[in-house]
Parts: sequence; structure tokens; C-alpha cells
Amino acid sequence: MSTLNVGGILEGFVLDHIPAGKSMQIYGYLNLDKLDCCVAIIKNAKSNKMGKKDIIKIECPIDHIDLDILGFIDHTITVNIIKHKVIVEKRQLDLPKEIINIVHCKNPRCITSIEQGLEHIFLLTDKNKETYRCKYCEEKIISRNV
Amino acid sequence: MKHLISPLDLSTKEIDDILELAEDIEKRPDKYTDICKGKKLATLFYESSTRTRLSHEAAMLNLGGSILGFSSSDASSAAKGESVADTIRTVCCYADIIAMRHPKEGAPIVAANYSSIPIINAGDGGHEHPTQTLTDLLTIRAEKGRLDNLTVGMCGDLKFGRTVHSLIHALVRYRNIKFILISPEELRLPSYMLQDVLVKHNIKYIQAEKLEEVMSELDILYMTRVQKERFFNEEDYIRMKDFYILDADKMKMAKSDMLVLHPLPRVNEIHPEVDKDPRAIYFKQVQYGVYVRMALILTLLELI
Repeated sequence: MSTLNVGGILEGFVLDHIPAGKSMQIYGYLNLDKLDCCVAIIKNAKSNKMGKKDIIKIECPIDHIDLDILGFIDHTITVNIIKHKVIVEKRQLDLPKEIINIVHCKNPRCITSIEQGLEHIFLLTDKNKETYRCKYCEEKIISRNV
Repeated sequence: MKHLISPLDLSTKEIDDILELAEDIEKRPDKYTDICKGKKLATLFYESSTRTRLSHEAAMLNLGGSILGFSSSDASSAAKGESVADTIRTVCCYADIIAMRHPKEGAPIVAANYSSIPIINAGDGGHEHPTQTLTDLLTIRAEKGRLDNLTVGMCGDLKFGRTVHSLIHALVRYRNIKFILISPEELRLPSYMLQDVLVKHNIKYIQAEKLEEVMSELDILYMTRVQKERFFNEEDYIRMKDFYILDADKMKMAKSDMLVLHPLPRVNEIHPEVDKDPRAIYFKQVQYGVYVRMALILTLLELI
């Protein structure tokens, strides 16, 4: 089997150990399509730990991306921060206390379904169960099921 | 400045203070007749209501204040597409306090974010109805003499019944409360209420489907109406609407000092023959609703 090589990056991020198939979702949540920088998505890479995994490499200044959302999507993802081609930090992800305008409340009775300009806010209500609830109607979502 | 969006916005001490004030208002109404002179209550009712709107308005009038507002979304700029945020910022220029009912859950939270005057949530969809909760608490305390050591039966629509959710939230903070949750399977208490409220607070509860099987255990029976407006499907509503009918025969199975409460309006779930039973106190409950809203208005306007 041939090996795919994607070159190293000068400054940016390598998001490793992404569950296979989730990379495009993360691409969307991080709004990477709006960034004018080099992004490489590697799908179904071999992994001893996971069998197969996805990897995203992003070449950009490290303050350009809000990584909090990654903790919501999957806090087991490894975030490597690169400067001058060297990993300078492996950031531990945690569940963010609130997520804003990342997921929309699906409760048709919620005020967010009609109020113009209202942010969709979910608050972390149970860390162990990774449970978030809509700030307005208390509709429940589980982060790993999103 | 304080709002009342959920019963949990108030500590048990604050609730006790409001209930004590309401009891004083009941005993000495003359003392409070002019206390809100010059103050205005705006009742913003995007969804129709008889009791809750009139009760708030009666409360403000009893206190010597004035009222303004609308009684359906058709009669407001909401029909033209105005947002809650804009309506609230406008009404703040006209009134000193707002009581608001809205069919969408969480609308009062939006209102509170934009308001410079206190907001009272007078019901938001199937979510919360805190002034009904204060009414229920005052009724139980005044008629039973306590808010602890009670077995409380909740009967009917426990899924969409906001009065049920709000009352459970409030009662779990008192000692030795046990709930008997009586409903058809489709209208059971939502899992978040079971897990996050009852289980979390170590509250004893059982779920039952037949009212007659649990009648003898109850200190309080809280009946609710199956609300047509909460169903998206007419067939489901028709199937559920007459699931429970409390009648004189079922009342014979209850304790001699059990009390029947109902947030009203009732449709078929309590037979009119029960009305003359002294244990049926749902019309007294309406009167307590005025006293407690008077106490709430005074508290939120910081006039006491």
C-alpha cells in the first residue's frame, strides 16, 4: 500500500486522532472554508489506537482558530500546535461551558425558532454525561451525538 | 433588579417571604390598596389566557396601580413580525413591570435580556409557569399548613404540563416530598425532569397509570388538563383528552383531608359533581393566585 505524504507546516495546527469520518464535520464547525490558508484533510489514516482515523493540518497563525468547539465535538482529539515546524504544545481539550451558534436548537417550541438575530446558546449541564441544554427551552443534546 | 422567569429564580427564603406577604395581604387587604399608585403593569399576552392575565391585572388594580397591554399576538406588533426583543424595549418606556405569556419556550429569557424593568414569566409554552407555582405553593401552605412531608399526586399531562414541571422544581426543595406521577405512557414526565430533578435530589417517586390505584396515598392531588394547543397531531389529542376523569366515586377513595388542586381551566378531567366536595379547592386556588401575584409585584418593584 502506498503512503500518502503531506508536508510539514511552519505554523498552525495538526488535529490528530479524529474519529474516522468526522473530519469534514470539523472542517465545517471551524469554518475552515472561510480561511485563506492551506488545509489538508487526511481521511481514514491507519492508527494503532483507533484502527483508522482522520487528521487535519491547518497552516495559519495560531490565534486564527477557536478550538473550544473541538472539545464539544470530541474532547479526545489531539491538538498539536506547531511553530517553526516544531510541536510547541499538545493542548488538552475540555468540554466548553457554553457553545454559541454551533448547533441549532431543534425544539420547534423554542423561541430560537422565530426570534430574529437570537444566538443559539447551549450550556453544559452535566459534564460526566456530556450533556448540554438550550439556554432558552432546556432541550437536551449530547455532545458526542452531534 | 430581579425577574421571575423560573421558580428556581427565587430561593426558598424568598418564596417563604412572598407567601408570608400574600397571607398578610389576604388578612389585611386595606393596608395595600394604594401602595402601587402611579405604577403601571403591562400584560403582554401572546397567547390567550383568562385567569393568568386577569389575575395579574386584578393584582395590580388591587394595589392601586394601572394596567395596559394586549391579550393575543394578533393584537400586537408580533403579528407584523416584531421580535420579542424590540417589543420589550418599547414597552419598557410605557410601564414599570411586565407580565408576559408567550407560546415559545424561553421567550421570557429573551425579554429579561432586553428589559430595564422586572419581567414576570406568565407562562412560556410547555416550559415554565412560575406564578402558577407560587399560587399552588400558597394554596397548599394556607390550606394544609405546611409545604413539607407531603405525598403529591400529579395527574394528567405531565409531559407538556408546564405547571407540573414548575411545581415539581419548587417542591423538591422542601423536606420529605414524595411524588406519584399519574399519566398515560405518552404523557409521562420528560426524562430530564426525572433524571435532573427527581433523581438528582433523591426524591421518592412512582409512576402510575390508574388514578384509583393511588388515590388513598395522596395528601395533594394536582389535576391537569390535556392541552390541545401542545399537540401537533389532533388524533393524539383526541385519544388522550379524557384519559382521566375525577368523579365522586374516586373521591371516596381519598383521605378525608386530601386536597384537589387544578391550575384551570378544566375541561372534562374533573366532573362538576366534585366541585361541592370541600376537598376540591381549585376555585379557592384562583383567589390565592391574586394574593400571591400582589405579593410578587410588590416584591419585584421593591415596594416592601
